[in-house]
Amino acid sequence: MKSLLEPTPDTDAQAANVNLEAVFRDSGAGEVLEKLDRELIGLAPVKSRIRDISALLLVDKLRHQVGLCCDAPTLHMCFTGNPGTGKTTVALRMAEILRHLGYVRKGHLVAVTRDDLVGQFIGHTAPKTREVLKRAMGGVLFIDEAYYLYRPENERDYGQEAIEILLQVMENQRDDLVVILAGYKDRMERFFHSNPGLSSRIAHHIDFPDYTAPELLAIARLMLERMQYRLSPEAELALREYIERRRTQPNFANARSIRNSLDRARLRQASRLFARRGTALSRDDLVTIESGDIRASRVFSENSGKSARSGVAQ
Amino acid sequence: MRLTQGTFSFLPDLTDEQIGAQIEYCLQNGWAVSIEYTDDPHPRNTYWEMFGNPMFDVHDPAGILEEIRSCRQTFPNQYIKANAFDATRGRESLRLSFIVGRPKEEPGFGLVREEGTGRRVHYTTRAYATDRAEGERY
Repeated sequence: MKSLLEPTPDTDAQAANVNLEAVFRDSGAGEVLEKLDRELIGLAPVKSRIRDISALLLVDKLRHQVGLCCDAPTLHMCFTGNPGTGKTTVALRMAEILRHLGYVRKGHLVAVTRDDLVGQFIGHTAPKTREVLKRAMGGVLFIDEAYYLYRPENERDYGQEAIEILLQVMENQRDDLVVILAGYKDRMERFFHSNPGLSSRIAHHIDFPDYTAPELLAIARLMLERMQYRLSPEAELALREYIERRRTQPNFANARSIRNSLDRARLRQASRLFARRGTALSRDDLVTIESGDIRASRVFSENSGKSARSGVAQ
Repeated sequence: MRLTQGTFSFLPDLTDEQIGAQIEYCLQNGWAVSIEYTDDPHPRNTYWEMFGNPMFDVHDPAGILEEIRSCRQTFPNQYIKANAFDATRGRESLRLSFIVGRPKEEPGFGLVREEGTGRRVHYTTRAYATDRAEGERY
């Protein structure tokens, strides 16, 4: 960052061979963007916004090279979306991209919640918040469920103090860290409504849409591939049906629910294999998840919608 | 008299940018930086007060510089140093320590001669600042 800020000596000579492609290649951001495209299913609006931001930073870099002035853009962001839509994952990638583009120096992600920022007694909050900010310098500070910072029902709540310190640093040390707030959409909106100063300091409000059923299936396939499992053709049908059913049930947490259900399918596969431990197992047996492993889920039993524990969907 | 203790102390005072660069070097080596202050500059005084905790989990000089600035603000008239601690097994000691803040006026040290048995003379140094009570020096 620092070296970028210094004016280049012979700007005219450089102006002749400004090359966006070269800058892009050198930054290494292309790889990360590609990885983002490959490993994150769906999320089209999110990806396009990230590409926009990368383009802006690259163009800014070029403008520096030819000696044009430009202030570092504000990159504080707000991620809203339902649980399991990939907010934390994208934040992690965002930190990587920003580091490649030279916007942050270190590119580490510090993920915190209200507990890490707000103290328990008078005078406890400020040092606690500063401690976290210090840790996040040179990287990205990710505040999950940021709306908990502000509790209107308790006027003596220390959350307000944390917000004020946060605001101050977000404004004055823009080139030292990027703050990303995350949470559910409606509650985030209410939070911003009561903290207009915060909302205006955040340039990018990015909404994470829910995944569609085919996207969830693609995610499941990707997860299984990474865990070195595969679905038998019948199991794939079963999984498709499972996703359809699970989506309509309460407490559905998108990709997170899928991951949990796959974990449980693995569990059932393991005990199925264990039950026939007398016979020899092939490599195929070890990697294949059968439809029975998925169909044993509580989601398929009839009263699942009504049972009290349906939220925890077995 | 200018206090010369620790690394770089015979150089002119480092600017914040230079301090940041040195700290960056420490962090790259995986050393944890801590800040200490004192108003007793005797060279044998190895126990300076700690300002906050050692920053084991700070990865960028900006965070440490901020801490240094806040220490200077709190103790504008005391000596402040930054220490880099290497936690590698078998090393577990300071690798770098340098002064990042000093009082505006430094009265320096006086030589004390103490006559012992057999007219033997012991020499020692004493900081003029320590004539006054702790907290009222400088």
